Amino acid sequence: MAETRTMAINIPVLTRVEGEGALDLTIADGAITGLHLRIFEPPRLFEKLLEGRHYLEVPDMVARICGICPVAYQMSAVQALENILGIVPTPWVAAMRRLFYCGEWIESHSLHIHLLAAPDFLGFSNVVELAGAHADVVRRGLRLQEAGNAIIRFLGGRSVHPVGARVGGFWRAPGVAEAAALHARLEALLPEAADLVRWTAALPLPQEAQDFLGVALRHAGEYPMNQGHIVSSAGLDIGAERFAEEFEESQVPHSTALHCRHRGSDYLVGPLARMNLNFDRLPAATQQLARESGRAFPSANMYDSVVARALEIHGALLLALGVLKDYAPTDGPYLSAPPRAGVGYGATEAPRGMLWHRYELAADGRVLSARIVPPTSQNQARMEEDLRRSLTRAGLDRPHAVLRQQAETVIRNYDPCISCATHFLDLCIDRP
Amino acid sequence: MSQAKPRIAVHKFASCDGCQLALLNAGEALVELAQLADIAHFAEGGWYAPGEPVDIALVEGSISAPEDAERIRAVRASARYLVTLGACATAGGVQALRNGLARAADWLGEVYASPEFIRSLPDSLPVAAYVPVDLEIHGCPVSTEQVLEAVGDLLRGAVPAPGADPVCTQCKRRNLACVLVNGGQPCLGPVTRSGCGALCPAVGRACYGCYGPAGLVNAAALARRFEALGLGGEDIAGRFLFITPAAEPFRSIGQGYRERGDG
Repeated sequence: MAETRTMAINIPVLTRVEGEGALDLTIADGAITGLHLRIFEPPRLFEKLLEGRHYLEVPDMVARICGICPVAYQMSAVQALENILGIVPTPWVAAMRRLFYCGEWIESHSLHIHLLAAPDFLGFSNVVELAGAHADVVRRGLRLQEAGNAIIRFLGGRSVHPVGARVGGFWRAPGVAEAAALHARLEALLPEAADLVRWTAALPLPQEAQDFLGVALRHAGEYPMNQGHIVSSAGLDIGAERFAEEFEESQVPHSTALHCRHRGSDYLVGPLARMNLNFDRLPAATQQLARESGRAFPSANMYDSVVARALEIHGALLLALGVLKDYAPTDGPYLSAPPRAGVGYGATEAPRGMLWHRYELAADGRVLSARIVPPTSQNQARMEEDLRRSLTRAGLDRPHAVLRQQAETVIRNYDPCISCATHFLDLCIDRP
Repeated sequence: MSQAKPRIAVHKFASCDGCQLALLNAGEALVELAQLADIAHFAEGGWYAPGEPVDIALVEGSISAPEDAERIRAVRASARYLVTLGACATAGGVQALRNGLARAADWLGEVYASPEFIRSLPDSLPVAAYVPVDLEIHGCPVSTEQVLEAVGDLLRGAVPAPGADPVCTQCKRRNLACVLVNGGQPCLGPVTRSGCGALCPAVGRACYGCYGPAGLVNAAALARRFEALGLGGEDIAGRFLFITPAAEPFRSIGQGYRERGDG
């Protein structure tokens, strides 16, 4: 090391992420001596707000945890609650839930790629600047985002905090004409989704391999979304009910979000973890598109996350088209069951990674306790480890502004949702 | 509005980010808005300059932590018009369910191993509890149409006056069967502000009040109607104390039934 210097990089508010967080970084004598990804959103204590509520109110309340992924919160919740009530979704409900979730993936991934991440890779500071230079790319992104929102509205009435989903299914079955109109619209977008994959694969992404543990759901019959076992790249394979035995949360002084680790190790959830563990479950056309774009999974390059998001948009569009092509309404859009006491678990794949819920109901159907582990708490330790490694590898003696830009790019690549990450509950200390 | 291009800021407090999506989901309209006005501050979109003077400050989220109380005063001082977006900013949001609960003081200790690191105010309050607000846009979430219409009016120099009709009026216009009278469900539509398009009755379910109280409503009479449907005190309290539990008259009606209980 040519010189000894001490440098503090404070990013008071991370921009182009969902919610508010900050980064404090201290470099002394050529090494990172302090690194805190700070999440300082005020806690909203959702798990406590849920106590005493009737189970039918839970999907509407947990939606409010996150405006960007309300469907994920609703789907993990209904799975856990149906688990307690002994409801097995009908094939119609299962298909509509996949469609509903496809809408959220398409919306959230399109928003992240174009409004949040792409400006980093092309040297712009926001989407309006990006649109100035790449208007067609931004318009394509906005069309895909809106198509995702249209899918959510088809079943949910509106795309943020949709009102159509309930424990047992959906309140109403949409009509055939609505389904046909949506199908036609999505079909026209399929070539654009393929172009988006090629475009992300051609971005000047940083190339660096990292050794990390990936965690995602895996299912016998489908790319994971609404159902599956929890698996890892190290061979873990457990049901959702065993999550709390394998993964532990702990508080760090600098954050209102808890850190979640797997047996002491940081780990990754989200599109790249899903792609690495489930590439063979993608539709054949999406797999082919990945290969043609020069990508092979598993990938050790964290920046392939943006390509994974584009591939998931393509796969989700194909899946949505399949559901809509054969769409027929039903007289029984939901099942109901009498309340009963019990404990249930739900795990689904939110756009930014696995989202785990646990509820305990009393015999009258009211919530006794709730626990929710969102993806951003699971990725937080991984983000800090990635920052430590990639900043050190690229050189800590670079100018302040360059280090800062790289740090922000590393964090945004995880698509952190900081609003979600502010209400964790450690059951070990609950009810002494 | 001044001769130069008007300037807009978007600020976030305790919230889910869903109301900012009214802009981030606006598609082409967002790009057009950025041509009509300069976006000075909008952290989620990539603009960061929180202290800059602006013509319109759009505020999402409730005031729920000590720093936020200071920050909202600075936002007020920087803006000609301060517009609050959604249930959190206009009514304290769903997180206001903790307000006034003695046991809520223990929740931080139950959630966090070291609660001394967490800074939080006892109550989650609307922005208007701290600073004067020029326009409130209700909804959980607000819609793109509501926000663009209000911003468009302000850019033309007019402060809009949103209506306070109940959801029932929208149901009638859509010719929807009444879920309360015909369906026997405890629908909050008669006392809830319209603006959503009667989404819940349209799928056959009772309105759960996410746009907050409408103007000039008789919430006590609706609560008695819920009693006649067979709902207990705690169920009726839960209907009124949900997405905007701190907004009157939902707060006092709900608290009254909660104290009464199911007995």
